[in-house]
Amino acid sequence: MLKKIRVALAWIFWMGITLLFLDFTGALHGYLGWMAKIQFLPAVLALNVGVIVALVLLTLVFGRVYCSVICPLGVFQDGISWLGTHKKKAPYSYKKENKWLRYGVWALFVVALVAGVQAAVALLAPYSAYGRMVQNLLQPIYLWGNNLLAGLAERAGSYTFYEKDVWMRSVPTFVVALVTLAVIVALSFKGGRTYCNSICPVGTTLSFFSRFAMFRPMIDTGKCKHCKACELHCKARCIEITKDSARIDHSRCVDCFNCIDECKFGALQYRFAWGKDSSPSAQNDKGQAQNDKGRRAMMAGTVAVAGAAALKGVEARAQEAAKKVDGGFADVLPKQAPVRETPVTPPGSKSVKDFYRRCTACQLCVAECPNNVLRPSGSLEHLMQPEMSFEKGWCRPECTRCSELCPAGAIGKIGREEKTQYRVGTSHVNLELCVSASGKALCGKCAQICPSGAIRMVENEETGLLFPVVAEEICTGCGACEHLCPVRPVSAITVNGRSQHV
Amino acid sequence: MKRRDFIKISGAATIAAACAPKKTQSSAPAEGPEQMLVRENPRNGDKVAMLGFGCMRWPMIKDAEGKDVIDQEAVNEMVDYALAHGVNYFDTSPAYLQGQSEKAAGEALSRHPRDSYFIATKLSNFWDRSTEGSLKMYHESFKQLKTDYFDYYLLHSIGRGGKEAFNKRYVENGMIDFLLKEKEAGRIRNLGFSFHGAKHEFDSFMEMYDSGEMHWDFCQIEMNYVDWTHADGVRNVNADYLYAELDKREIPIVIMEPLLGGRLANVPEGIARQMKQREPDLSIASWAFRFCGTYPRVLCTLSGMTSMDPLKDNIKTFGHFKPLTEEELDFLEQMAVQMKEYPLVNCTDCKYCMPCPWGIDIPGTFQHYNKAITEGTYAQSREQKDYAKLKKAYLVSYDRAVATVRQADHCISCGDCLPRCPQSIAIPKQLRRIAEYVEGLKQDTL
Repeated sequence: MLKKIRVALAWIFWMGITLLFLDFTGALHGYLGWMAKIQFLPAVLALNVGVIVALVLLTLVFGRVYCSVICPLGVFQDGISWLGTHKKKAPYSYKKENKWLRYGVWALFVVALVAGVQAAVALLAPYSAYGRMVQNLLQPIYLWGNNLLAGLAERAGSYTFYEKDVWMRSVPTFVVALVTLAVIVALSFKGGRTYCNSICPVGTTLSFFSRFAMFRPMIDTGKCKHCKACELHCKARCIEITKDSARIDHSRCVDCFNCIDECKFGALQYRFAWGKDSSPSAQNDKGQAQNDKGRRAMMAGTVAVAGAAALKGVEARAQEAAKKVDGGFADVLPKQAPVRETPVTPPGSKSVKDFYRRCTACQLCVAECPNNVLRPSGSLEHLMQPEMSFEKGWCRPECTRCSELCPAGAIGKIGREEKTQYRVGTSHVNLELCVSASGKALCGKCAQICPSGAIRMVENEETGLLFPVVAEEICTGCGACEHLCPVRPVSAITVNGRSQHV
Repeated sequence: MKRRDFIKISGAATIAAACAPKKTQSSAPAEGPEQMLVRENPRNGDKVAMLGFGCMRWPMIKDAEGKDVIDQEAVNEMVDYALAHGVNYFDTSPAYLQGQSEKAAGEALSRHPRDSYFIATKLSNFWDRSTEGSLKMYHESFKQLKTDYFDYYLLHSIGRGGKEAFNKRYVENGMIDFLLKEKEAGRIRNLGFSFHGAKHEFDSFMEMYDSGEMHWDFCQIEMNYVDWTHADGVRNVNADYLYAELDKREIPIVIMEPLLGGRLANVPEGIARQMKQREPDLSIASWAFRFCGTYPRVLCTLSGMTSMDPLKDNIKTFGHFKPLTEEELDFLEQMAVQMKEYPLVNCTDCKYCMPCPWGIDIPGTFQHYNKAITEGTYAQSREQKDYAKLKKAYLVSYDRAVATVRQADHCISCGDCLPRCPQSIAIPKQLRRIAEYVEGLKQDTL
C-alpha cells in the first residue's frame, strides 16, 4: 500500500515537472510552477527558508521521500532501473557505503557553491541535471511532434497547434546533457540508486537528516528469517542481511517501500522509530558566497571579423536590389550574436553577479522563453547558465514568464510595469555598419521600434546623414533594436549587459 | 460622361435595363449551352473572348534546388481547358513571375495552332530603358513565346511621370519609332499601352492620340466596380473617366485588375452576404466580371487565374453572360462604398514591389492582413468577445503566411518599393500600420 502511494505520487511529480519543461505555451506554469520551486537546491539558492525548513522537516519525519517522490531525477532513475531489472529475481544486493566518494563529492559541491563555481554545482545537482536533459534532449522531440501536429492543423485551418522553431541553443550544454544522460542511465540501469547515494549532493545532504527520521522502515529481528528478499530488492542497496544480523542504512534509504512489499513474514514495517538508531551527524552549511570571482573580459579580435562579415552582407543586398523582374525574395542572412563584454541576464535578475550566483542552470527559463532570447552560455565561467541574445527575437515587453518561473530566485518576480523600467543592458551603435549613418539606405528602424523611446535619429552636420543615438539612461536592453536592425549577420546596434540592474 | 447617360446609349445594356424592371429578382444561373461572350475588335475584326487569361498569377512550385518555378503542368492544363472553352487572349510580360511567365505561356500555347489564340505581351523596360536593353527584351519575347508576331503589344505601365517619363522610356531611346516599324512589318498587329496614374497623365496620352502623334490601337486600364468612382489615392484616376475618354475615341479597352488581385472575389463577409442574398448561385467574383462585361467598349477582361476553380467559374460567368441592370449597377456602387469602410490595404498582389531589398514579403503581409479583415477574423479590441481566440488566430496565421524575418516589423521604411507600386500604396506606412496592429495584439493594448 505504501509503495503504491509512493509510486502514484512519484508519477504525478515527475510528469508535472517534465511537462513544465516541455510546455512552451506557458499554459501550465501557473499550475505546475510550484513543483520547480520546492526543489531543494533552487530553494537553497533562492534563500527560500520556508521550503528548506519544510523539506528538512519532511526528511526528519518521513525520511528521504523527497528522493523518491519530488526529485525528478530520482524518479527518472527508478524508471531506468525498472527497465534494467524488472525481469530479474534478485536484481540488487547490499553494497557498502562509499564514504570517500559520497562525502568527497559533497564537500566539493559545497566548496563550489560557496566559491560560486556554478558550472560544477549545475553539473552535480539532480534537478539541474534533469532539466538539462529534458530541455536539450526531450524538448526538441516534443517540439517536432508539435510541429507535425501544427502542419496538420495548418492543413485543417486550425490554430490549435502552431509551429515552434527547433534550434541548437548551445553545443557545449547539449553535449553535457548527453553525457549526463549516459552516466545516469549507466549508473541506474543495473545499479539502482547508485548516483543518489554516492554522488548526489542533495541526497547526501538529506541523508544527514534521514538517519534520524521519525518514521523509518524497521526490521523486526524476531520475525526476520534472514531470507534476503528485502536486500535483493533494495535499489538503494542499503539493507544488509547476514546470518545473524539485519540492518538498514537509513542514510541511504529513499523510502521506496519495496522491501516492505517483498517481506513475506511481516518483519519489515514503516513505523515510528524516533531515536532508535544513531550515526554521526553533520551540519548542513550553506553559507552564501560573497567573493565572486571577477568577471574576465572576453573581448577579442572577433569584433573585426564579425564587422567585416556584416559589411559583406550589406553589399550583397545592395547588388540584389538591382532587380529585373517582379516577385521573389531577397535573401535574408541569419543573424549572428555580437561579442558582449558583459552578458545580458533577464529582467528580474538583480545583477549579473547575483544572477549567476543563484542560477542552478536547470534550463527551465531556456525551455520556456517564448521569444527564443534565452540560451545556455557557452563561456567557461557560466557554462550552461542562461544568457540573453537577440538573433531570433527580443525580450518583449508583455512577457515576464522566466521571472515567474525561476525556482532559484536568480530571476526575481517582476510585473509588466516593472519590466519597462528594468535595465539589464544598453544598446551601442556601430556607425560603420549602420546603413543610415553610412548613407547606404534610409533607415531609422531602431529609433522607430524602441519600446522605451531611448533611440533618436540625429543628423550628422557634415554629411547630412541621420544616425541613431541611444539615451543610455532610458535604454532597458530589451534587444528590439538589435533584433530588427536590417544589418546582417551582425547588427549595427547591439546590446551590452549592465552589471548592476537595480 | 455619367454612368447613367452612358447606359442609355449603349445597346446591350439598354435592352438589359429595359428587361429588368424588378428590383430584387433572383436570377438563377442561365440554362442552356455555354456560349463564351465574344467581342469583335472594330478596328481589325479580331474576335476576342471576353475572358482573357492574365499570365501573372500562375502557381509556383519549388524545383530541386529550392527555387521558385512555374508549375508548367498546371499551366498546360489550364491553358488547354481555357482554349477548349473559347478563351483566346493571353496577356503576359517579360517581368511577370520572376521573369518566367512568357516562357511558360509559350510552352503551353505553342502546343496549339497559332491562329487559335491572341498573344499580348509588353515592353517592360522599367529597369533598363537603354536601346540595347529594350531591343533585347523585345526580341527575347519572341523566343520565349515561340512566335514570330504579337497580336497585342503594350508599352508596359505608363502614366506615372506623364509625358516626361514616357519620352525617357520610349522616345529618347528610339523604341517608339522602332515599334511602329515593327507594326508596319506585321510583327506587331496592335500597339497600345497599359496605364496606371493620375488624370492629367492620362489626358496627355489622349492628347497624343488626338493630335495624331500616336495612334493607339487599344488601351489597357484598371477597371472594376470599386475603381469606377472610388480609385484609391490622389495618384490614381477613376475608371469611369478613363472609360469615357477611351469610348469617346472608340479605342478598344482591355481590362486589368477586374478583381483587384482577388479582393473582389473575396469581399468582406457583410458584403458577401448581400451579394449572395441576391444571387445565391453565382460566385462573388461573377459580380465583378459581369460589371466589366456590361460595358460595350470593353474588348477583353483579364483575369490572373491561379487554378482551375476560378477558371471554370469565370467561364461559367461569361459562358452564360447576363449584363448588369441599372439597378444592379447601383447595388454594386453601394457595395463599393461599404467596402471603403473596411481598413483594407489596396494591394492587388501584383508583386511589382518585389523583391524588397531587405527581404520583406510585402504582398504576403498585405494579403494576410486583408484576409483577416475580409473574413472578419481580426481582433479590434480587448473588450471584444472571443478576443483571445482571434488574437491567436491572427498571430499564428501570420507566422504561417509570412516568415518572421519577412514580416512588417522588419521594414525600415527605405521607400525603395514606392515608385514600383501601380496602386500608389504608401507601402512603408501601411506596413508600419500592420506592425503596430500586431504589436497591439501581442501587448494586449488594442
